[in-house]
Order: sequence, then C-alpha cells, then structure tokens
Amino acid sequence: MKSAVVVFPGSNCDRDIAVALEQVTGTRPVMVWHRDTTLPDDIALVAVPGGFSYGDYLRSGAIAARSPIMRDVVDRAGKGLPVLGICNGFQVLTEAGLLPGALMRNAGLDFVCRDVALTANETRSMFTNGYSAGETIRIPVAHHDGNYVADVETLDRLEGEGQVAFRYAEPVNGSARDIAGLVNADGNVLGMMPHPERRIEPAHGGTDGRRLFEGLLERVA
Amino acid sequence: MKLTIHVTLKPGVLDPQGKAIEHALSGLGFEGVHGARVGKLIELDVDEGTSDADLDAMCRKLLANTVIENYRIQRA
Repeated sequence: MKSAVVVFPGSNCDRDIAVALEQVTGTRPVMVWHRDTTLPDDIALVAVPGGFSYGDYLRSGAIAARSPIMRDVVDRAGKGLPVLGICNGFQVLTEAGLLPGALMRNAGLDFVCRDVALTANETRSMFTNGYSAGETIRIPVAHHDGNYVADVETLDRLEGEGQVAFRYAEPVNGSARDIAGLVNADGNVLGMMPHPERRIEPAHGGTDGRRLFEGLLERVA
Repeated sequence: MKLTIHVTLKPGVLDPQGKAIEHALSGLGFEGVHGARVGKLIELDVDEGTSDADLDAMCRKLLANTVIENYRIQRA
C-alpha cells in the first residue's frame, strides 16, 4: 500500500508515522513537503503527523492548514482518499475544515504526556475495524491542545452518525463527550489526539496502535 | 493603514486560561473578580484601499477560528 506523509516546519512525529506505515504496509511512504502543491497520484493514504507545525503560532494547526499542500489534501479527501491526522495532524484537519469542531487548550492547562486508556467506540470505519466496539486500548497522548470543542448540535450529530471513533476512558483534557478521535461523515478522514504510531511493537510497551494500521491496510489495500 | 483585530472566545466556550487568571487574581487578594476571558489582539498594517470584504475574509479564513471565536475589526 503506497502512502504519503505531509511534513510541515515543526512536525516531529513524521518519521514515527513513516516507520509505522512502512512496518505494517511493507512500503516506505513518500514524504511530502508542505510547500509542494500535489500529493503523489497513486497513494492509498495520506497521513498528517503530530508535532508543533509553525510553532503552534496563532492556533495549533492554523497556519499548517493553509499551506499549499493542504489544498490538495482537502481536494483529494473530498474524492475519497483516506486521510489520517494524528495529534497536531488532528488539529490541522479541524482547521482545514475536514473535521468539525476545534481543539482548545487542555482543561487542566497542563501538557499531558502519558499512556491513556481509550475506548474504541465506533469500529466500522476503515481506521477502526481492527478493534472491537467497546474495547479498551492503551495508547499514549502528548499534547497541550487536545480539548475537543463543538456545539451541542454537532456533538449530537457526531454521536448519532457514529463518527466518534475513540473516547478517553479516563480524564485527560476536558474534551467534550470524552472525544479522542473522530471520523468525517464519509468515513475516509480520521483525526485523533492519541499516537497509535507510538504503540506498534512490543518494545513500545504494547501494540494497540499497530492494529489501526493493520485494519486500515486490510480495508484499503 | 493600521488596524486592530480583536479575536475573542465566543460566549459559552469554556476558557481554562481565563479561569486560571481569575483564580490567580483572587489569590493576589483582589476581591470582586467575577470572570476573565483571554483573547488575541492582532495589529495589521494593510494597503489604504483594502476593502472591508477583504479584511473580513482575512479574519474568517485565518485570523479567527469561527467555530470558537468571534472577531472585531477596529480602524485606528
């Protein structure tokens, strides 16, 4: 399965996600610089990695979401290309309008960096079919702005339409309805604050993150 | 032409930073502080002829996230 990873100035999980994708899919992803204007034609997935794009200036993900490559990411997402945004990538996807809502400063104001328990809430999507619905998994978070905010109508719609992929199973950042990860209405865009690419081999302390990539490979390849 | 853009959180959006400021003011002994909300102030220097529509677009497309923020454009 061919894939691409978008790299912004300040991305710092781009190599981690590339390693995870290469390990699981057997193909090294193409790294795409933010100033590029087009993604490779033959990819089956584009990942928007974690980090601190543009130093989190203005708002986390705000400047990155307006960079040249994101126009093609948004365009291709609209045509069904799977898009995976992790941590800062999730923030970028909300700022780019691919996912609803916004990610604000953590309720406790702390930078939260630890393993957290998540519930796999909706497991029919291409990103979450490797999990059982209601299953508890452990994946690390590392973020300052992960407090998901949306208006009540949007939250009700997300829950009603089965778009809440992951919820926190413990207090983490004050997110509305404990939302840790969301898919878009078409199911081809996932944004999540936890880092599945940091749990892909036993030496990481677990492989709960690997199953996301394995499930994706099964569905997409 | 110099302008000031005020970006503020929409009413109802919780502001943990504002809460922390409110508590810190109380801790300093200032009584009667009933709220604090943190926003942003952006000073822009633009061409004289810049239209209101363009300024509005700048705010909507980048300077404010209208999911959570309101903005106000103040001329000099």
